Amino acid sequence: MKEQHEAMDKPPRKPVPVTALLLQAALLIALVGLLGWLAHNAQLNLRERNMAAGFDFLFHDSAGFAIGEGWVPFGEDDTYFQAMLAGAANTLRVALPALLFATMLGLTLGVASLAQNPLIRTLARGLVDLVRNIPLLVQVLLIYIMMTEWLPDAENALRFGGSYLSNGGLILPWGEVEETPFGVTGTHVLSTEWMALVTALTLYAGAFCSEIVRAGIQSVPRGQGEASHALSLTRWQALRLVLIPQGLRVAIPPYTSLMLSTIKNSSLGVAIGYPEIVSVANTSMNQTGRAIECIIVIASVYLIINLLTAFIMAQVNRRVAIKER
Amino acid sequence: MMKLAHKILNASVLAVALSAAMPAMAGQVLDGVKQRDQLVCGVHTGRAGFAQADGAGKWSGLDVDFCRAVAAAVLGDADKVKYVPTSGQTRITALQSGEIDLLARNTTFNFTRDTSLGLMWAGINFYDGQAFIVKKRPNLTSAKQLDKATICIDAGTSTERNLQDFARNNSLTFKTVVFDNAEASKQAFISGRCHAYTGDYTALAILRATDLPNPADFDLLPEIISKEPVGPAVRRGDEEWFTIVRWVLQAMQGAEELGLTQENIDELAGKSDDIAIKRFTGNGDDIGKSLGLDKKWAYRIVKQVGNYGESFSRNLGDKSPLKLERGLNRLYTDGGLVYPLPLQ
Repeated sequence: MKEQHEAMDKPPRKPVPVTALLLQAALLIALVGLLGWLAHNAQLNLRERNMAAGFDFLFHDSAGFAIGEGWVPFGEDDTYFQAMLAGAANTLRVALPALLFATMLGLTLGVASLAQNPLIRTLARGLVDLVRNIPLLVQVLLIYIMMTEWLPDAENALRFGGSYLSNGGLILPWGEVEETPFGVTGTHVLSTEWMALVTALTLYAGAFCSEIVRAGIQSVPRGQGEASHALSLTRWQALRLVLIPQGLRVAIPPYTSLMLSTIKNSSLGVAIGYPEIVSVANTSMNQTGRAIECIIVIASVYLIINLLTAFIMAQVNRRVAIKER
Repeated sequence: MMKLAHKILNASVLAVALSAAMPAMAGQVLDGVKQRDQLVCGVHTGRAGFAQADGAGKWSGLDVDFCRAVAAAVLGDADKVKYVPTSGQTRITALQSGEIDLLARNTTFNFTRDTSLGLMWAGINFYDGQAFIVKKRPNLTSAKQLDKATICIDAGTSTERNLQDFARNNSLTFKTVVFDNAEASKQAFISGRCHAYTGDYTALAILRATDLPNPADFDLLPEIISKEPVGPAVRRGDEEWFTIVRWVLQAMQGAEELGLTQENIDELAGKSDDIAIKRFTGNGDDIGKSLGLDKKWAYRIVKQVGNYGESFSRNLGDKSPLKLERGLNRLYTDGGLVYPLPLQ
């Protein structure tokens, strides 16, 4: 019975003509050949100009510079590979919270922009339009400059509970806090750079996310909302039980794209001194002169993170996708 | 549609063929410069005293003068220079890739750079060292008191490593914030985000004199934590060009030792009996032939650009707004490190 069902769903495939196969194979070979030729050329040219090449420096040479903050402990004796790891970890350290906050902000703004209350609706749409239409780099710089200019110095840090806020960052209440001649420092600090970058990414991605949420909810047939109303669900119940669950399914694919672009946008941290992968690779590039190699490392880090994200989201999408029966 | 596809195909085949047919660089730089009748010189994007463009797009500075001197020697006209502003990060690549003929941009001459970048330093046109600038605070008089401070750095310089070495040697810990452009570091430093800003001593002195809101509020700490000999660099593999660049620098500095200035060189060239001056001005032995230049190349440098001392005082020293001391950059006869090689 089941087989019959499937057979009805999918018409049998037509056999692919041999010429098409050959053409595709030829194209593939040409592409691989072109890439190989380019790589070979680069190698020859580098050798001709007496420039060192290869990835050996990643594992053999000690980096000798410091990385200001991060999850991965990094000392000056560690290799460039460890520096790159610390940089990649710092990219995640900023991208993951930004995505989380952006999603929450996006859901809120998305629902608010469909609110019946005109004030809430206008405010939400106004914020979205403002944030969406200013280049992200400008927002990153603006938020960072506001934070460093307006917050007090570390010596006069604002204190609430066990935490301290200054233009050096936010010292979290757990962990040790230490008085130095240059103000308070602690073991767990969220730096100003981190906060500015997370805030900017959250706002920017949140604005786009809210449009995705709004489109998702609006994609649910009107009858569903009216039916909920007829069943005497409140507006909030209708949203929570009927519209959002169905709308989010539509929203997952564009939301995945948003996640990917947000991860890539975290590279703007380089402009405000946040030591993510681009910043670390830039320093390494300058110290070793291995420009091509360092760029390849940057590209690979983003590629790996984003392929993983895309893979996970594809699984999520498959689970929540509307199954036509 | 087919036609368009054909056009694109033809264009790309042509492009590939052209890039494959590009000649190798070795020995070609001088010919290239002469052929296009212009020197392409990589300079700083804007550092007062070294390389800075004014409102009319006219460049000036110590490094710019060096570019002009090379153009005067090779092309006969100091104005035949195209300046390519490069950042700390792009400068090396710009030279390696052949985009510029010569890099005169405060670039430190050290072992790693000389041995693994495919570049060669033709000499040293400025002796500098890394220092710290801080906002004045009571009892802060030494960089060794900066333990646990936050320090701003520009990316793409040798400073990051020097700072780490200094921290380790003195058992200090710093928190570093690395910015990819100097404007951002400056803003963070002025706002108080960083307690100190580290970079070349001269750059910090210039920053204090020209860019900081109230210069008296800032102190340059006395420690010089590194040696930063900076000078012009060229690509490896063209010794002919390397030699020319090296001797242009020697001639600029040698002219000062000989007492030849932009003003007096014509007079002295005519009447001096000094063998060294006759040779320098092209009235004695031929000093051009072995370089692939004419006899008057050194004369033109001084006539059109001036000697090293003149260039220094005009751009950085007493005749400039910066009023920097010459310090290590005096001639060896005055107690400095500038020791021109004999031009014989």
